[in-house]
Parts: sequence; structure tokens; C-alpha cells
Amino acid sequence: MTQGIRKLLIANRGEIAVRIIRAAKELGIPTVAACSEADVDSQAARMADEVHILGPARADKSYLNVEALLGALKATGANAVHPGYGFLSESADFAEAVLAAGAIFVGPSPDTIRRMGDKAEARRTAQEAGVPVVPGSPGELFDVASALEAAESVGYPLLIKASAGGGGRGIRLAENAEQLSEEFPRSQREAQAAFGNGAVYLERFISRARHIEVQVLGDGQHAVHLFERECSLQRRRQKIFEEAPSPALDPQQRETLCTSAVRLAESLGYKGAGTLEYLYDDATGEFFFIEMNTRIQVEHPVSELITGIDLVQAMLRIAGGEPLGFKQSDIQLQGAALQMRLNAEDPARDFFPSPGLVESLIWPQGKGVRVDTHLYQGYRVPPYYDSLLAKLIVHGCDRAEALARARVAVEQTTLTGMANTLALHGELLEQPWLHSADFHTGTLETWLAERRSGGEA
Amino acid sequence: MAEHTVITPLPGTFYRKATPESANYVEVGAQVSADTVIGLIEVMKQFSELTAGTAGRLNAFLVEDGDLVEPGQVIATLDDE
Repeated sequence: MTQGIRKLLIANRGEIAVRIIRAAKELGIPTVAACSEADVDSQAARMADEVHILGPARADKSYLNVEALLGALKATGANAVHPGYGFLSESADFAEAVLAAGAIFVGPSPDTIRRMGDKAEARRTAQEAGVPVVPGSPGELFDVASALEAAESVGYPLLIKASAGGGGRGIRLAENAEQLSEEFPRSQREAQAAFGNGAVYLERFISRARHIEVQVLGDGQHAVHLFERECSLQRRRQKIFEEAPSPALDPQQRETLCTSAVRLAESLGYKGAGTLEYLYDDATGEFFFIEMNTRIQVEHPVSELITGIDLVQAMLRIAGGEPLGFKQSDIQLQGAALQMRLNAEDPARDFFPSPGLVESLIWPQGKGVRVDTHLYQGYRVPPYYDSLLAKLIVHGCDRAEALARARVAVEQTTLTGMANTLALHGELLEQPWLHSADFHTGTLETWLAERRSGGEA
Repeated sequence: MAEHTVITPLPGTFYRKATPESANYVEVGAQVSADTVIGLIEVMKQFSELTAGTAGRLNAFLVEDGDLVEPGQVIATLDDE
């Protein structure tokens, strides 16, 4: 029963803090907004039953400050913590500290967070659950002959990656065996020079990948999926526009993908809301697990709209000790949903941040329109945190209706006082490739670059 | 010789070094040119370099590493020759 949670501390800020407080209120759970000195006037602080100040604006002194958060639990008598996304939401140490303090962590166990936070371990876990991962050489390679042999099963094009590398460094592309023979020794030398370790391995390169992710919910015993989201439209790996379901999958592929995610979640005894991210190869129809996020995500509303399930309420119920209140067969895919992120960034100045005062604010209305935001008129958006201002979310009986609704919703929105990405979404919604869903993870950046050079001409 | 001020055009957090582990970009007393980076301003998780703007000798920092700053705030002073 949810009476397991007597009072909930929200260890986050912005729109997700507002979202969590709303869900808690609907369940009759009293809330504490744990916030920094910079967020005392925030919407979350205004909505919560109590406010506890963690410390100064800087995140390391407030939202990332475990001691201050444990102090907040003690001071307020809250017996549960919802970490939201970002900040400490995927810190196994924080989850452990909350449990050690005798409180409930709204999320999976520290062990699960730790296990899925380690890329190699997550990959092994997926393989054990029979979930495909990006094909790669079984281990490190030391000569061209064994590289050519391993490449037979990995497939071309492939990437030669330094074992000790990271952040995109030490990576070379080979389209065929000839290139692999040439590039392999170079990669070894580069890896040796850059990282002091010449070990390299091979990984399949997917040139036109889509980013597709599956939403799961588990109660520790059973898990279900809430279908998938497509989040291929990204800039510098930041998602801008998301939708559910993916327009790239047919029902058969959807079923295969989503049941693989449930298999992995059940193999973990997963408790709470989680997302399994996959790369989907448009050319071959194959999908590969890349990682799991053990928390609620920014784009969760599109999954809520196509299933009718309130994910944040479900997280609170599960954390309070209730079993999942529904079976997979109870969850039906209904229509299509889109989410547009409004960020305080200036598209005309290479997305430079633009904090400021909200001068005028009008949100769209009507059937199938939802806005998740922490803004109010007169609110000063502080410069210390991320730039997300609001999420415009629409639902339609199909993708075409959702796109039409999105266009009108953008037109009806007024947000002034700071540069933001509203008009960019208006332009994006006019692109034929968006309507035909002909895109991959590189499409948005290509479009932005063309748009910029077109504007200068 | 005249005193010049280095002003941040941006709000955010001021840092004197590129990463917590690195050395400071410059120390007080150092000779700088107009385009010498003297610190970073972090605004909404993006980092912008702050340059001296004038050649001269760095006199003082008026804010500490990690301090919050407002647009127009004086970060440092320097003397030109």
C-alpha cells in the first residue's frame, strides 16, 4: 500500500519536481521540496507542503549534496525520496545512504543502479537475458590477422576502438577488410600514444541508427513495458523532439523489441520505472541494447499519453510496497504522442544559454495538449541549472493528428523574456522528413547546419 | 598606467581553472594579453571563456573560484603599461 510513503522529499528541481509533487498530491502524500537558495521562489517550492533549503545555488552544495539531503529527511520527517532525473537519480551511493537512513528510495535497488551504470556489466546482463547488443569482437585484438577474422562475425562497416579510450577518442572507421588491414596498425599506434595502452577492439558501426528506447515498470517480481519512444532527433546527444510509438517499427518488430526489454527488467528483478535504450538499424531492421537508465526520464509523458498510465504515480505506489496494478495485456497502445522541449537556448547563437525573466506566458489548450513546466509569469530562470523550460506534449489518434496538433500548440504558445527553442519547433514541424519520419540520430544536426548556412546566404 | 576591469557579460558560476584538477588559468601578478583566458563562466551547464580584454598585469581577482556572478560584475582588475 502507498501508506508506506508517509511524506515524500523531492530531491530535484524544475519541471520534474513539479511533476512529482503533482503525482504525490494526487495520491494524498504530503511533499517536501528540497531546494537550493536559488530555487526558493520556484514553482515546486510554491506547490509543496513544505520547503527545506539544502544550501547555496551551486548543485554540488545543494542538489548533489548527499549530507544535506539526509539532513533534510531528518529535519522534515519525510520517509521517502524521489530523485527525479539527473543530479543524484542514478547514484547507487545516494540510494544506499537513503536506505541506510531508514527511508524509501523511489527507484531500483542500489545494486541494480550500480550494475546498470557499469557499461560492460550492463552489456553482459543484456546478453545473459538474450537481448542483442552491438556486435563486437569478443575481446581485445593484437594483430591484423585476428582482427580480420573477428571482423567476419562483427560485420562491416565497423569501428576500431581503443580499449582505454573514451569520449569519442581513439576511434577509426573501416568499411571493408582492406581498410581494416590499413587502419588496424594505425589504431594500435594511436591508442599506445594517446592512452599508453595499444589494446583495441572492433564494434559494428551503424551509420543510420535510430535511437529507440523502451519504457519499463517493475515491482521487483513482474515487469511490463509501456511500448517504445523514438528519440532520434538530437543535438550534441541532447534530445530535442521525442515521440511514441516509433514510426519506424511494425507491430512485429515492436513486440520483439519491447518483450526483450521486459526480459531484461525481469532478469534484474527490476523495481520502479526504467528505460532501456537501443540503437535501431534502419538498413537491416536489427536493434541493439546500449544502456539502461534506472530512473524516470524527461520524455516519459509521451509514454503516459499512449498508454494512459501515470508513470510517476506508479513509481510512488511501487516504492510504497504495492504490486503492479496491471498486466501487460491491460496496456494498449493508443494513438501517437509527441514532445517538444522548450529550452532557454538561442538557436541563432549556436544554442547559447539564455536565462532571464519570464515576461509573458501563454500556454496552448485543448484536447490532447499537455504542458509540463515550472515556469510562471514573473519567474526568473536561474543560470545555474539546465536550460529546460517546458515540455509541450500532444496526443493524437494517429501520428498525423499529433503532428497537426503540435503545429497549432506551438502557434498558440507565447513565451517571452528569454531566447528559447519555441520557434525552432515551429520550423521543425514544417519539414517533410519529419512528417515522413525519415530521420536518424544525425538528421537534426545536419538540418541545423543547413538551416544556418541557408540563413547566411 | 591605468587600471582596467574585466567584466562578465554573463550570469552564472565563475571558475579560475578548466577542471577541478587543473592549475589556475592565470595567477595574480601575471602579464596577460587581451586574449588571455583568465577564467570560465558556467551558465546552464555551458562554459564560456572569459578573456582579459586588455594587455597588462593582473592585479586582483574580485571573485573566488566557484562564486556566483551577475552580468556586469567585475571579475578582475589589471594595470596596463
